[in-house]
Amino acid sequence: MSLKQSTGQKITITIVAWVIGLLLFFPILWTAIAAFKTESDAYTLPQNFLTTPWTLENFGIVQERSDYVLYIRNTVIIAGLSTLLGLVFAVPAAWSMAFAPQSKPTNNWSGYTWLAIIFGSGGLAALILYFMGWHPTNFLVGIILLLMFVVPVSAWVWTRATKDTLLWMLSTKMMPPAGALISIYLLFNRNGLIYKDWGWIDLSDYNLVDSFWGMVPLVMLLNLPIIIWMLYTYFKELPVEILEAARMDGASLWNELTQVLTPMAMPGIASTCLLNLILAWNEAFWSLNLTNKFAAPLSFFISEYSSPEGQFWAKLSAASIMAIVPILIVGWFSQKQLVRGLTFGAVK
Amino acid sequence: MGTIQLKKVRKAFGETVIIPGADLDIKHGEFIVFVGPSGCGKSTLLRMIAGLEDLTSGEILIDGKDCSDAAPASRGLSMVFQSYALYPHMSVRNNIAFGLKMAGETPEQIAPKVAKAAETLNLTEYLDRKPGQLSGGQRQRVAIGRAIVRNPSGFLFDEPLSNLDAALRVNMRIFIMQLHKDLGATMVYVTHDQVEAMTMADRIVVLNRGNIEQVGSPLELYNRPNSKFVAGFIGSPKMNFIEGSIAAKHKAKTIGVRPEHIDIVSGKGEWQGKILLTEHLGSDSFLHIDTEGAGRLVVRAPGEFSGKPGDNISLKPDITRIHKFDDKDLSIR
Repeated sequence: MSLKQSTGQKITITIVAWVIGLLLFFPILWTAIAAFKTESDAYTLPQNFLTTPWTLENFGIVQERSDYVLYIRNTVIIAGLSTLLGLVFAVPAAWSMAFAPQSKPTNNWSGYTWLAIIFGSGGLAALILYFMGWHPTNFLVGIILLLMFVVPVSAWVWTRATKDTLLWMLSTKMMPPAGALISIYLLFNRNGLIYKDWGWIDLSDYNLVDSFWGMVPLVMLLNLPIIIWMLYTYFKELPVEILEAARMDGASLWNELTQVLTPMAMPGIASTCLLNLILAWNEAFWSLNLTNKFAAPLSFFISEYSSPEGQFWAKLSAASIMAIVPILIVGWFSQKQLVRGLTFGAVK
Repeated sequence: MGTIQLKKVRKAFGETVIIPGADLDIKHGEFIVFVGPSGCGKSTLLRMIAGLEDLTSGEILIDGKDCSDAAPASRGLSMVFQSYALYPHMSVRNNIAFGLKMAGETPEQIAPKVAKAAETLNLTEYLDRKPGQLSGGQRQRVAIGRAIVRNPSGFLFDEPLSNLDAALRVNMRIFIMQLHKDLGATMVYVTHDQVEAMTMADRIVVLNRGNIEQVGSPLELYNRPNSKFVAGFIGSPKMNFIEGSIAAKHKAKTIGVRPEHIDIVSGKGEWQGKILLTEHLGSDSFLHIDTEGAGRLVVRAPGEFSGKPGDNISLKPDITRIHKFDDKDLSIR
């Protein structure tokens, strides 16, 4: 930036930047304007927002028709709990990858060990399927359960393969979520399992669709790779000697994590939480498909105004504004923290 | 008690062998220094004693008890790290008290111990500061305070003075030696600086590529090195090594003469040469001399030596202090 710019260049660049900025901001600006217009004015094109009257009636109607407080409560519960739950898993995971306390035994297994592992896993899968009943859906459930068991164990055994584990976790974000929708829906729905009554446990009544029991873990798992990745990059920057000093001082694993690592990494954890909160707040795909009333968050609240009976343009806009304002305020006041959190590791 | 025994201690990462097998007996109250070039495995060995690294095979006995798989804290040892490794979010007081808290002591038990350690280390007025507000020397004292407060049977130092400036380093060196005298505890100290090793150690352990080359008192290593490596590593400036016909005359592949064991003579000496450089330290001058036959030599001369680069000079080595090495670089005695 040491190149000297003439005043003319400066003016041109400023104007271009403003034009691009306004273009990008335009949809939100339009939404914000439409929210304060009557339904018919909001529809009229070209929109003459300077001459048409301003009104607050949309907000009143939206609140009356669908209880905003319920949705924001649900969003806060889902976003907040999934973030907290995510940390419970992500802090130890990132810790293990960044500071594997002791090198795991190097893997020099013979072919027989590998065969035993492959057949053992197959046998385990068969056992699970036997108890759940042979059925394509249960087969899927079995595979998922098996992966849930095998993958963390192998990640633990081969901690040295941190890079691969990270990539594997990120790869889950590469799959289009729609691809997993059916299986997740079936898992969530009580009709998904064919064999429900196992004698010692009866799953006939379980239903995770439209419940916090389903949504909180789901949103947590959706964002977990990102949380772990961010925490891992942050932990990597911390000197491992401090944790070793804590071990020499007799700190248990729990104390090492809670009294040394967490307070030291607080800035990183805070910005990770913020980002996760924003992602969870704005999550729409799964919320729209898996909730409809009881556990429906703000994204569902917005979509209510784009219904088969017609688009309620002004009310939709009012609902959108009501949904984004809280997170916008949070984001605005924490942008410094957020930018720092997203760029750590980049500069050293 | 504070004895540490290493029995065939081996460390390997997959195919890469760091320490092929080390045996060592450390007696109670000894000041042992591990010295060697960087990458020789001295820090790894120390960290294995501390319990921060696993053993691939072998045994570590502390006070006669097998501690090979014991957790770091249960070994009764304290460690001081090169980077100080203080807890940045805790005050000096809490840094020192952390180990006691983890051991489950009550605040009433902890307070007097912390006060005593702080007094020993002149840290009393800094107790409520955070590590970030202290200078390097003060931080290192806090790290030592954290180590002594637990009253361990042994201390492990991992290059503790490397991050300090030269003047402070000398002070801290004397301070640690004094501490060793006062506490009477076993200390194992890792350094790459042979001057630190020579001045502080009861016994020095010289490591080269993971192997223990020689263990002995500083003067033993200086006077009777087992190998060319030890001879070259101990002593400053380095020993001069001469090969070829001059060495053959002494029935050796290589001979070694220390700079302080070569005299400058006025008449005809054993070797003739020309001064290339002079380093004046005040008390001594070190001359770099290009000789005929013996190659380039470093010679210690008195501080007031007046020769200049370019002058011709005759040298005579002290024949009783010539070290002879065979073709495996081991000493011939």
